[in-house]
Amino acid sequence: MLYNDTIAAVSTPYGSGGIGIVRISGDKAFEIAEKIFKGKRSVKEMKSHTINYGKIIDDLDGSVLDEVLLTKMEKPNTFTREDVVEINCHGGIIVLKKVLELVTRHGARLAGPGEFTKRAFLNGRIDLAQAEAVIDIINAKTALSSKAALAQLEGALSEKIKEIRDELVELVAHVESTLDFPEEDFDKITGESLYKGMEKAREELSGLLSKFDKGKVIMEGVNAVIIGRPNVGKSSLLNRLTGRNRAIVTDIPGTTRDTIEEYINMGGIPLNIIDTAGIRETSDLVEKIGAEKTMKAIESADLVIMMIDTGEGFTPADAAILQLIGEKKKIIMLNKIDLVEKQEDLKGANPNSRGLNGLRDSRLEGNELIDNKLSELIDGKIKGNGELKGMIQGAGIAVIKSSMKDGRGMEELEKEISRLFMEGEIEAGIEGIMTNVRHASLVEKALNSVNDAISAYHANITLDCIAIDIRNAVNYLGEITGENISDEILERIFSRFCIGK
Amino acid sequence: MDYIAGNYDVIVVGAGHAGCEAALASARLGCRTAIFVMNLDSIANMPCNPSVGGTGKGHLVREIDALGGEMGKVTDKSLIQLKVLNKAKGPAVYSLRAQVDRKKYHAIMKNTLEMQENLDIKQAEIVEIIVEGEGDKRHITAVKARTGAIYSCKAAVLATGTYLGGKVIIGDVSIESGPDGLFPAKMLAESLKKHGIELFRFKTGTPARINRRSIDFSKAVEQPGDDVITPFSFETGKIEIEQVPCWLIHTNEETHKVIRDNLHRSPLYSGAIEGIGTRYCPSIEDKIVKFADKPSHQVFIEPMGLNTQEMYLQGMSSSLPEDVQVQMIKTLPGLENVSIMRTGYAIEYYCVNPAQLDTSLELKNTGGLFCAGQINGSSGYEEAAAQGLIAGINAAHKVLGRPKLVLDRSQAYIGVLIDDLVTKGVREPYRIMTSRAEYRLLLRQDNADLRLTPIGYEIGLISKERYEKFLRKWEAINREIERLQKTTVPPGEKLSSLLEKKNSTPVKTGIKLAELLKRPEISYEDLAEVDSERPELDYQVREQVAIAIKYEGYIKRQMQQVEQFKKLENRKIPDDIDYEAIHGLRIEARQKLGKIRPLSVGQASRIAGVSPADIAVLMIYLEKYTGKK
Repeated sequence: MLYNDTIAAVSTPYGSGGIGIVRISGDKAFEIAEKIFKGKRSVKEMKSHTINYGKIIDDLDGSVLDEVLLTKMEKPNTFTREDVVEINCHGGIIVLKKVLELVTRHGARLAGPGEFTKRAFLNGRIDLAQAEAVIDIINAKTALSSKAALAQLEGALSEKIKEIRDELVELVAHVESTLDFPEEDFDKITGESLYKGMEKAREELSGLLSKFDKGKVIMEGVNAVIIGRPNVGKSSLLNRLTGRNRAIVTDIPGTTRDTIEEYINMGGIPLNIIDTAGIRETSDLVEKIGAEKTMKAIESADLVIMMIDTGEGFTPADAAILQLIGEKKKIIMLNKIDLVEKQEDLKGANPNSRGLNGLRDSRLEGNELIDNKLSELIDGKIKGNGELKGMIQGAGIAVIKSSMKDGRGMEELEKEISRLFMEGEIEAGIEGIMTNVRHASLVEKALNSVNDAISAYHANITLDCIAIDIRNAVNYLGEITGENISDEILERIFSRFCIGK
Repeated sequence: MDYIAGNYDVIVVGAGHAGCEAALASARLGCRTAIFVMNLDSIANMPCNPSVGGTGKGHLVREIDALGGEMGKVTDKSLIQLKVLNKAKGPAVYSLRAQVDRKKYHAIMKNTLEMQENLDIKQAEIVEIIVEGEGDKRHITAVKARTGAIYSCKAAVLATGTYLGGKVIIGDVSIESGPDGLFPAKMLAESLKKHGIELFRFKTGTPARINRRSIDFSKAVEQPGDDVITPFSFETGKIEIEQVPCWLIHTNEETHKVIRDNLHRSPLYSGAIEGIGTRYCPSIEDKIVKFADKPSHQVFIEPMGLNTQEMYLQGMSSSLPEDVQVQMIKTLPGLENVSIMRTGYAIEYYCVNPAQLDTSLELKNTGGLFCAGQINGSSGYEEAAAQGLIAGINAAHKVLGRPKLVLDRSQAYIGVLIDDLVTKGVREPYRIMTSRAEYRLLLRQDNADLRLTPIGYEIGLISKERYEKFLRKWEAINREIERLQKTTVPPGEKLSSLLEKKNSTPVKTGIKLAELLKRPEISYEDLAEVDSERPELDYQVREQVAIAIKYEGYIKRQMQQVEQFKKLENRKIPDDIDYEAIHGLRIEARQKLGKIRPLSVGQASRIAGVSPADIAVLMIYLEKYTGKK
């Protein structure tokens, strides 16, 4: 045996309604369970693979931690091929933690991430690709991600990769038979069919790789940062997104001094939101640190949500911020549209605006009013500012009208994020989505090799070298599917071409 | 009656292409050596096609020569036609192929053996091996001839070819026989089995030989040799001979009909043949059955030599009954009035399962007993010779107490061949192909001396004189490469006109000669116009320089792959590893690993039935294992 200690962990994610499983695996699993479980039958007396009702007792003070269902499973017919005990608890996170503590106090070691799977793999229960997929499921952050990992586990991805690899093997076999049997009379590979084969592989591999980007998005999430001048409603947006009063929201500019990270499920895409301190020129030291962090956050972000206070219009400070964002994917939220009317009443200060009085009662007209106001803002009519339009023109940047107060614009935001990162196809095409980084890097290497082969072909490099590139591509894909090229090529050569003296 | 007849260091059983190389290598390394052959007139016989080389095979001959073997030299002396194949497909796959005079080849090799110091040549059938000791100590100590003569030895090389349990089949006739009507080796197989050596049966075949005078050549297409002959041996100078052509004809519907109508009489389809044949050298009836929609197949008519009218019919290998063969050959264009001299046949023979050998070709269960050539499940003269050379060297090294010579897959085709045989085992007669070599661009036939001659010299098969000549060549290559990398061609009329002529992108500034040479459309010879300082160099040097510069990018990439390969190759597996104790291994992997007992993780990863996941488990186990020690 490679390992002889017993491991334990909570094997369902925290926070799913308080029901969770404490799983114990290893030689001492039954012994430990015996000490903490009190039911009709002792653990020793239970039959394997049966579920038993009972209580978990803390032996230090004799208190009952939880009423549980305990499953005893003798090796080798378990996930890890070791003795396994699963305790279904119902008492919520705190109880789960306590039961786990109790188990570890009695001799189990806290399992590392994916360690059950690792044991299953090492004990020959599952193969490498399956193990990787299981670990992906463990690490998956939303339901959609675990669906992708599941699809991978079931081989949808490997099917696709196998298919591409298969076509490449066919191509290699044709090339190799042309090289190895120069005097035989079969159809030797032509430049045209070689080129077609390589181009096809290139297209398919790039397609697969673009799906990996999506896979990465649903597995690892999108790092999003919310930026804007102080008090434009950034923290309110964060609170809207998380549904909790996480960041401190006040009217006083500069309240959010630190970046706050939150994971949010945005229509299947995990958003890792970093709220930032407002950006403005400030001499306040604390603010300055916050502003530096903002810059860093922008650098590491996949998505920047920029908020503009509609009432204040597009100010030079906004323009400066927009500049900071640079080429990153971005969404502009024109916030506080609910205040637009009020502003007109209170300020009346905008010389370019049309009168708004009396139009407030009709909702439809109100919308129209706001639209007008916004288009003016975008067109640069307000406050004589033409910059926003200039800056976003032709860049396909979405401008969303929103109000954090009543939640308008949130749906559009979700749609826009999905459009930006999944091209809208959240549910569709999960089968081919690749979520494993190792797989993606191998697919990328294969693609590079095919590209090398294509360049070599264009440069009139001889067939022996082009063959090297294509074989490399096949080898990289084989590392995913676990297949070895050499014997296979021979099989193909002899089944496809009549060769021999 | 048994009697003690002699005392040798190394005994070689069989004097085909493997046996000859083994005996010469062993004797040349100073071991008292004896070689046994069923019939002295069949030394280095070519019972199938009268040719040496071809894709991959030509590479092997070059490597044999670079290490100090004999095949290349004898071929150069006996060839009657030469071709370089694959000229347009790149240097990795250029391959030499010669038609040889079969009798001349035999005569030269026989004489070479006879002239060799330390070597006795004996006509006798070896019927028994004598093994002493138990377990790890089991060791060959002698061989016994049919006459009762016992020859003691410290090591032996079995190179029995198709003679071991040989059975010739022609239609429903089957004869216990070796190739070309020679006696088979009947009793030795029983002795090997008795010593726990696993044998199985393979099958190969050969076509009919016909009389040249009965052929109407007006219906055949002439296949001449190259204008200039490229020799196999790095030591051979210019070969200037009048070459003899081969001829090409095709089978037709009528031929195929004769075969199809008589398939039921083929021993292959009636089940009379139990041996496994090879896919790359199928009989004509095989081709007709497997590729039924192909309307015709090529047939090359090859001369068997200069002093004979016998011609070989490449592509018509068959084990159909004699009358069917006659009928079928007469349908071929130009052969309507054919006079058949030898009938085609299939031959079955015993092989040892090569998975029982280690990478030095020594049997794992019997110390000092080596196997080489067709007995290891390979086919082809060149594959046999390559193994014979390595087995001969290692048998001698065993006697001399020197380390084993093992070439790996990144060093030589010989390494690929032997590693494939002993690691993967064989399911059909094995033929080398360039596609089996992962690092093909490094293992070119042109640089075999650069790869292997230093090794040959270190072993003692390459003379000091030859080695020094080789070193001078090496230096010249490096000097010239350096010069091309340093010399800049100034812009101007000469350069522009060269580039224009070659349809190459013009340059405005000066450019290094090496950069120009990298362009696929420009050859080393083309550069002469703009390279006034060029030294006078041999073709062999110029060729190396041009390839090294032109293919620099690919060569570097392959060298990186070799580094990766070596990492796994250098991860050694301890001798005493117990695969049964490794829990995560699948049962199949456990059995295969236990049988082959690979030396390294790299070798383990090439065993069929061992998956990448098994290798991962093995590596984790090894980490723990070595950690404990």
